[in-house]
Amino acid sequence: MPTPLVVSDVAKSFTMHLRDGIKLPVVAGVSFSIRAGECTVLGGPSGAGKSSILKMLYGNYAVDEGQIIVNHEDGLIDLANASPRTVLAVRRQTIGYVSQFLRTVPRVSALDVVAEPLVERGENRETARGKARALLAQLNLPEKLWALPPATFSGGEQQRVNIARGFITEHPILLLDEPTASLDATNRDVVIELIAAKKAAGVALLGIFHDHDVREAVADRIIDVTAFAPGKLAA
Amino acid sequence: MTDIATYNFAYLDEQTKRMIRRAILKGIAIPGYQVPFASREMPMPYGWGTGGVQVTASIIGPDDVLKVIDQGADDTTNAVSIRAFFKKVANVAVTTDTATATIIQTRHRIPEHPLTAGQVLVYQVPIPEPLRFLEPRETETRKMHALEEYGLMHVKLYEDIAKHGRIATTYAYPVKVEGRYVMDPSPTPKFDNPKMHRSPALQLFGAGREKRIYAVPPFTDVVSLDFEDHPFEVQTFDQPCALCAAENVYLDEVILDDHGGHMFVCSDTDHCEKRRADGHRGHLAPETTEPAQ
Amino acid sequence: MTDEPLLRVSALSKFYGSRVGCDNVSFDLWPGEVLAVVGESGSGKTTLLNCLSTRLLPSSGTASYRMRDGQFRELYRMSEAERRFLMRTDWGFVHQNPADGLRMTVSAGANVGERLMAVGDRHYGKIRATAVDWLSRVEIEEDRIDDEPRAFSGGMRQRLQIARNLVTGPRLVFMDEPTGGLDVSVQARLLDLLRGLVTDLGLAAIVVTHDLAVARLLSQRMMVMKDGRVVESGLTDRVLDDPRAPYTQLLVSSILQV
Repeated sequence: MPTPLVVSDVAKSFTMHLRDGIKLPVVAGVSFSIRAGECTVLGGPSGAGKSSILKMLYGNYAVDEGQIIVNHEDGLIDLANASPRTVLAVRRQTIGYVSQFLRTVPRVSALDVVAEPLVERGENRETARGKARALLAQLNLPEKLWALPPATFSGGEQQRVNIARGFITEHPILLLDEPTASLDATNRDVVIELIAAKKAAGVALLGIFHDHDVREAVADRIIDVTAFAPGKLAA
Repeated sequence: MTDIATYNFAYLDEQTKRMIRRAILKGIAIPGYQVPFASREMPMPYGWGTGGVQVTASIIGPDDVLKVIDQGADDTTNAVSIRAFFKKVANVAVTTDTATATIIQTRHRIPEHPLTAGQVLVYQVPIPEPLRFLEPRETETRKMHALEEYGLMHVKLYEDIAKHGRIATTYAYPVKVEGRYVMDPSPTPKFDNPKMHRSPALQLFGAGREKRIYAVPPFTDVVSLDFEDHPFEVQTFDQPCALCAAENVYLDEVILDDHGGHMFVCSDTDHCEKRRADGHRGHLAPETTEPAQ
Repeated sequence: MTDEPLLRVSALSKFYGSRVGCDNVSFDLWPGEVLAVVGESGSGKTTLLNCLSTRLLPSSGTASYRMRDGQFRELYRMSEAERRFLMRTDWGFVHQNPADGLRMTVSAGANVGERLMAVGDRHYGKIRATAVDWLSRVEIEEDRIDDEPRAFSGGMRQRLQIARNLVTGPRLVFMDEPTGGLDVSVQARLLDLLRGLVTDLGLAAIVVTHDLAVARLLSQRMMVMKDGRVVESGLTDRVLDDPRAPYTQLLVSSILQV
């Protein structure tokens, strides 16, 4: 099985044009790969650039230097230089993402928010809703909330909708940005189960988990992001 | 006999007549297309048929026989005045008989007696643009004609059906000429629309105020717009003419007294009189053979 | 999914005398893709939209559109008749002010039905049934079908304008500030409706807006314009979350947080 994702020599900085163009380096020399059937965890303190790395891998942040090679539909694509259209295709088919916060859309029910990624991949809407129901039930989201738009849900409820939305598809790569941050113990365990199931299905996972117990439970490998601190490479 | 020496023949100067004839010829060449022309001031107000009079003046010759009708009648002020005008300025023969006329100038009717090859029907037109009430911009309506964008015409008919359950337009009912231009047949009742279709007579339309001339050459297709499930229909009357008992003709309602008494009579006075002369009698016809008036 | 774009725009410029309308704009638009064009008033986004929709002819540059037969046609070389036909069949244009895109003196049903009649539909019953269907899709009650848009609220008028545009199943819709001038609650409803229609119908759309939230909700891709030029473009969430150009950073930092 080919390596699903290889990151080599990636660097990222922010140029703050509104503050006299000062340059804030975030990471440099980021190089690692992830493997199918494993959960790789990015470790390091807050501000080390873990989230930025995930966002670059998802195309949400631009990449200054380096390559992000992803195995997409039996071909290799450099996400760092891919066209928006290619990034969209990669997101649709290859890389899934569970963000820290759910971006809600007015008037769309929780069930449809969860089902949407499947529908975008061409799944029949009813089948997609069926899978969404199963996931939401597994995550203990009260059934009376399913038909409501999640905008007014609590943080934990929104996060469970978000997790369901991320886990419903069969993307070969799944990025997880603190999916368990606002969950209680029971639901944390459900997420651990979900991650284990993804691993068993051969999905390559890359995540950030601040919760020590969860990290212990899911991590096959930990990459210390402080190794990619920009000061270590440049002046 | 009237002395015509003080007027050029048929009132208009020769240059103007040539200009109008060119517009007419262009109109005939492009059936249904509105040709702009330099409409002249006429010795009558706009709305009294200045467009029709200019067209008639430009085509009439000394040998022509002129009939003028107004809403089908030969004897209304407008018809009498225009007839008198041409008698004076062109010294032509005039008639009320549809069959013998060579030129018939009309306001809002087509005679009941079928027209024949060689006859010319000249319509007086108030507003030549069928799209006007839906699209006020002339620049835009011209473009719509040029590009055959006639969806709007059906919007008007759609609105009729939506509001009244049927196409309620009863006059100035839009037609498509020779499969190309949508044309306003002037405010004739839609009853007359089928008579325009493949008529052997030449039909000319003059709009004096709006400065437009258009034409339907003999034997040209003139099709009334409609919907498949709401086909074009002409008005029907549930009783014959009260004076001559004619059926399948267009009738006018005439008020007889101030107690609600009324009758329906032929709008075409010539047709009605001829029928009565032939012995046809409606249920309100007087016993004598004198005209009803 | 086809591998060819629907619209190819290359080096499009429009000058008003010596003033720049838009300058050297190039992009491709694929079927089903929503492109947001953002920038402040005077940035050239509306000029660009008007050039693309052939309501305005550019000073230079080309734009070619893939017709339903799969052939690309150069928009500015088409005859006016062809362009107008495209405009009322395969394209839609949603104006900021619904009065510019509606016939205010004919009924809602006729507004929706006009395009059908323009392409030769001649069956009243079918036209009306289609109008009813489209009114319900834009959440206008059936019993308003014979009312004139003058009797409608701003949000309803805008929804009616959308129905009127989509009834012929266009593949590309241009929108000029579609939520401008509406209350926020009305805006949200309209945006949600647009989002649903665009997804369900697989429409490609070019949406001009100064509202970044509208851009985020509706579009996958975004172009930021300033002084007639494109200063930044890319995936909508990338441009908004990691703005690179100074002007984009200013725009993003100017959003009020609620």
